[in-house]
Amino acid sequence: MSFLKIRDLSVILRGTNHRLLRGVSLDVGATEVMGLVGESGAGKSMIGKAVLGILPRSAKIVSGSIELEGVDLLTLPPRQRRHMIGQKAALIPQDPLTALNPARRIGPQISDRLVDILGWVRARARARAEEILHDVHIPQPERVLRSYPHELSGGMRQRVLIASAFAAEPRLIVADEPTTALDVTVQKQILKLIFEMQARHGTALLFVTHDLGVVSKICQRLTVLYGGLVMEEAEVGAFFDTPTHPYSRALLAATPRHTDPTADLTPVPEAVIAEARRAVAEADQRWHA
Amino acid sequence: MLDGRSLVKRTAGLRLWLSAGWLTALVIGAVLAPWIAPQDPLMQDLFTSRLPPFWMDGAEPGYWLGTDSLGRDVLSRILYGGRVALIVALIAGTATALIGATLGLIAGYFRGWADLVISRLVDIWMAFPPVLFAILLIAVMGTGLTSVVIAIIVIDWTRFARVVRAEAMAQGAMDYVASAQVSGRGRMSTLLTEILPNVLSTITVLLTLEMGIAVIVEAILSFVNLSVSTDDPTWGGMIAEGRLSIHQAWWVLVFPLIALFLTVLSFSQLGEGLKDRFDPVLH
Repeated sequence: MSFLKIRDLSVILRGTNHRLLRGVSLDVGATEVMGLVGESGAGKSMIGKAVLGILPRSAKIVSGSIELEGVDLLTLPPRQRRHMIGQKAALIPQDPLTALNPARRIGPQISDRLVDILGWVRARARARAEEILHDVHIPQPERVLRSYPHELSGGMRQRVLIASAFAAEPRLIVADEPTTALDVTVQKQILKLIFEMQARHGTALLFVTHDLGVVSKICQRLTVLYGGLVMEEAEVGAFFDTPTHPYSRALLAATPRHTDPTADLTPVPEAVIAEARRAVAEADQRWHA
Repeated sequence: MLDGRSLVKRTAGLRLWLSAGWLTALVIGAVLAPWIAPQDPLMQDLFTSRLPPFWMDGAEPGYWLGTDSLGRDVLSRILYGGRVALIVALIAGTATALIGATLGLIAGYFRGWADLVISRLVDIWMAFPPVLFAILLIAVMGTGLTSVVIAIIVIDWTRFARVVRAEAMAQGAMDYVASAQVSGRGRMSTLLTEILPNVLSTITVLLTLEMGIAVIVEAILSFVNLSVSTDDPTWGGMIAEGRLSIHQAWWVLVFPLIALFLTVLSFSQLGEGLKDRFDPVLH
């Protein structure tokens, strides 16, 4: 049974009837790693934000359901919804520079979550924060707990954020392009760390990325988005052997390969984009009708 | 090594200490005025009128900064005038900061209706010329310390509201606010624990600036005789009186002016210095 079940989710730009997500359906199993790929603006981050209840003010959910363990979040009153999301889900954000509060020390920023979500006392939350920092291979965790974010490097901050996401043992983690803002040399370590933690805790993971190479290595399934519309959803093995959707095939052809780094990349052909656009237009027509 | 950074740091430290030093001296002088003032600030004596300050010919001991045309001691009057200036700075500055910053935080973080109402109010408010507005208010409320304080709050809360609103808005868009919301934190709690600490250094700087402005506004009001009762010495009042005898006794005008200048400058420098020293983000 899937842990996260999204059905027919549509999000519009507030004040218009322009859809940012066009009836997205998606399942993530209880310990599954689901890759969410697409070009910029395809709506991949939007899905993660909708699940976590942190859509920007300009976006509004107009239809569909988001179920966590069979409970539809969108039908819950706001307070209960926040509580439920807090207990079951967590976010590994994109930019470690803005994801930690610059005016507060690391320690309370991690332990606050535990106090908020699990109702722990401060001392216990603090001990857990130190333990979880140790788990993400941060040397001298007690020193880091006392530091301000600006005293840590970007990679270190991302480790802190990963630790913070896993600290309260959530069942689902949304990783929103967690390595995009990092130095290339650090990216690999951070990816390894995320999947090490995921495997150890058996957490469901919704991994938002535009890097098909990463998806091929770590995800079990993936969903390809274009213009807020699901193009294809497949097992990773099958997808990379025989992608069924023309857009997916084109996307794969446009991805650099480690086996032959000098090979020319094929841009996504006009015809394929035109077809994807047509699919989007058709979906809109059905929706507006 | 004296690189640019440490030079900046050093001058920042110097400016913090100089401004804090002057303000501390002023506070001590004002609090202890009844005991340390060399003369009664109200005592008139035409035999000692227009005595020059101590280094000039004709000065008399005990009248260090000279006397005005009614024979009142300038130093003693500056010390007593400092009491009014500091009380106004402290009360009006703090109250203005509290009211303005609260409205700014609400508008900037909650947005929507609250923002619409507060921002429009600020726009309308800022269209009034502040000093005329203050004079008008006092004309309606009557003179006195309370009226001065209220006038300053009423004309200056917009300064805080505008700046704090913009800051709160910028902070509200940061990922750490989203993270706090994911962990089930309520909006009010997020505002207080996540946003406020990041806006605090701005509020501190504005607060000290505001204290300086409050001192100036009080001086302006007492210059036009709309502050506290005319019996109590005030810097603005002294400047107004000194203006009349500037050619015969410049010191009656110049010394309160220097006190005013140094105090306002110190307040603004204190804010900057405190920010440089204590803001974790800048380090």
